[in-house]
Amino acid sequence: MFYRETGQFKTSYSADEAIFPIRQDFVGFWIIMAIAFVGIPLIANEYYFTAILVPFLISGLAALGLNILTGYAGQLSLGSAAFMSVGAFSAWNFITRIPEMPFLISFILSGVIAAAVGIFFGIPSLRIKGFYLAVATLAAQFFIEWIFTHVGWFYNYDPSGSITTPPLTLFGFELISPMSRYYVTLTIVTVMALLAKNMMRCSVGRDFMAVRDMDIAAEVIGIPMLKTKLLAFAISSFYLGIAGALWAFTYLGNVEPAAFDIAMSLRILFMIIIGGVGTILGSFIGAAFIMLLPIFLNLGAHALFGDLISQQLLVVSELMVFGGLIIFFLIIEPHGMARLWQIVKEKIRMWPFPY
Amino acid sequence: MAEIEIQTAAAPAGRARQIGDIILEVEDITLTFGGLTAIDNVSFNVREHEIFSIIGPNGAGKSSMLNVINGVYHPQKGQITFNGKTRKQMKAHHSAAEGIARTFQNIALFKGMTVLDNVMTGRNKMMKSNFLTQAIYWGKGRREEMEHRRKVEDVIDFLEIQSIRKTPVGRLPYGLQKRVELARALAAEPKLLLLDEPMAGMNVEEKEDMCRFVLDINDEYGTTIILIEHDMGVVMDLSDRVVVLNYGGKITDGTPDEVCNNQAVIDAYLGVTE
Repeated sequence: MFYRETGQFKTSYSADEAIFPIRQDFVGFWIIMAIAFVGIPLIANEYYFTAILVPFLISGLAALGLNILTGYAGQLSLGSAAFMSVGAFSAWNFITRIPEMPFLISFILSGVIAAAVGIFFGIPSLRIKGFYLAVATLAAQFFIEWIFTHVGWFYNYDPSGSITTPPLTLFGFELISPMSRYYVTLTIVTVMALLAKNMMRCSVGRDFMAVRDMDIAAEVIGIPMLKTKLLAFAISSFYLGIAGALWAFTYLGNVEPAAFDIAMSLRILFMIIIGGVGTILGSFIGAAFIMLLPIFLNLGAHALFGDLISQQLLVVSELMVFGGLIIFFLIIEPHGMARLWQIVKEKIRMWPFPY
Repeated sequence: MAEIEIQTAAAPAGRARQIGDIILEVEDITLTFGGLTAIDNVSFNVREHEIFSIIGPNGAGKSSMLNVINGVYHPQKGQITFNGKTRKQMKAHHSAAEGIARTFQNIALFKGMTVLDNVMTGRNKMMKSNFLTQAIYWGKGRREEMEHRRKVEDVIDFLEIQSIRKTPVGRLPYGLQKRVELARALAAEPKLLLLDEPMAGMNVEEKEDMCRFVLDINDEYGTTIILIEHDMGVVMDLSDRVVVLNYGGKITDGTPDEVCNNQAVIDAYLGVTE
């Protein structure tokens, strides 16, 4: 049909190693970019920006951060939200204490701080693996949440214990409108997703996957375990830190440490499990599933049965349908929805002659 | 965009296979796990460009010996001199940096990756650009990736696995997986290649292919090879020299003919009549 690579001959290795080697993927990517940057702002209203698009993009970025660590490098972590809070609180401190600094630099610095914290909590990964490591990263989750609740300096001794973010400024303009915040989020998320894609198809990504798939063989090949695992923690925490900063600045505007609790870590983990472990695309599909499906279920349920049954019953049944859908997708494809998409692509490449 | 063109695999400069000086010297290695002595005071040496086999009945300590040579196990006693450098203990990734590559008895490929990525991983230790230049995929990071890709394609051509380049290794049949593992080891351009039962579980044809590859690697790249194999026909045909281990101890070493006719070896394999 339309998704065929017949006739697309690669004449150089750089063409073969391009980020989207198949022309349809390349075109598809630019179509999505056009929709995201031009199409959506034309039709979306304030509610879509603030309640759907921005949180979806940020959770996608957070899921991508965890996916680098868990999906690519194979290190299970339950501390994602804690690293997000490190990013959020450091960005807030940078921006309120050094207002002259452009916010992008503050964001990058807060990502670096999150990366440093991630490296520290990644040290146990040298000795422990799998579920045991997940439990060890729980320490990060509880410890960091405790610090941001109890050490007043981090929230400038605000009596409410939360931080209220000032509007971001870019070239002298205050980014207050929902659309401008959407653009900031979208730009950062797109750039970081592309950077992640590049890293994961170069030797860094291969190092990570080698450690994930067969650590002894990886070491024998010459991949240093210590450096690789800590790098995975650093990059992953950097991504989570930036996601946390965005969460505070472009989504909520007012956050307390409890916003980054264990439930959020688990939600990010579910995103990558449902979306697809070890894929960039899967992070975003998973984020869409976890973040957007409940919203659409809610809208749909209200439209269909809004007048017929009680409000409480409606809420409960939404949750039941949501849970059922999670199980359904895990049964039809345990490797996540990104894998499902890949299978579909393989099928339509061959269609209608699956030889 | 055609700055890098596909080249047909130029055969590596054919080195006349000439057995050179001692490249690996194993001296008095003793390895114990708790009370169990896996290797007991074994010494031998391997010369450059040689195909050297380690044989012995099951549990003789052959695989342990390979693990000692490339630093996975740390022996309690003894030392190893490789390429002029003597060491008692070494981390596995350091031995890779010195030019020792290996394949595993049970295939140890990276199951989630394609053949190409697996073989490329063999060259990861030579890639010096950091993750930031790789993230922007421009300049040095990208150039390096292309250079290594070309070298990897040479190996892929050499081992005749072009058609499965983009296949995830988990989908390949056993014999091909073994070959991909060999490709991964070879991509690292090792001076010393350790092959742990490369022909185990193969049918006759696959075995013949593998033998040819082992000989070709030795011929064309000049790689020194240490081979563990149970198929005596293969061992006797390929090897320049053989060492025989039994219960962790060394029985003898020498040319295949000498070893074949050694009474102690025959006793170890067939048992001794009382």
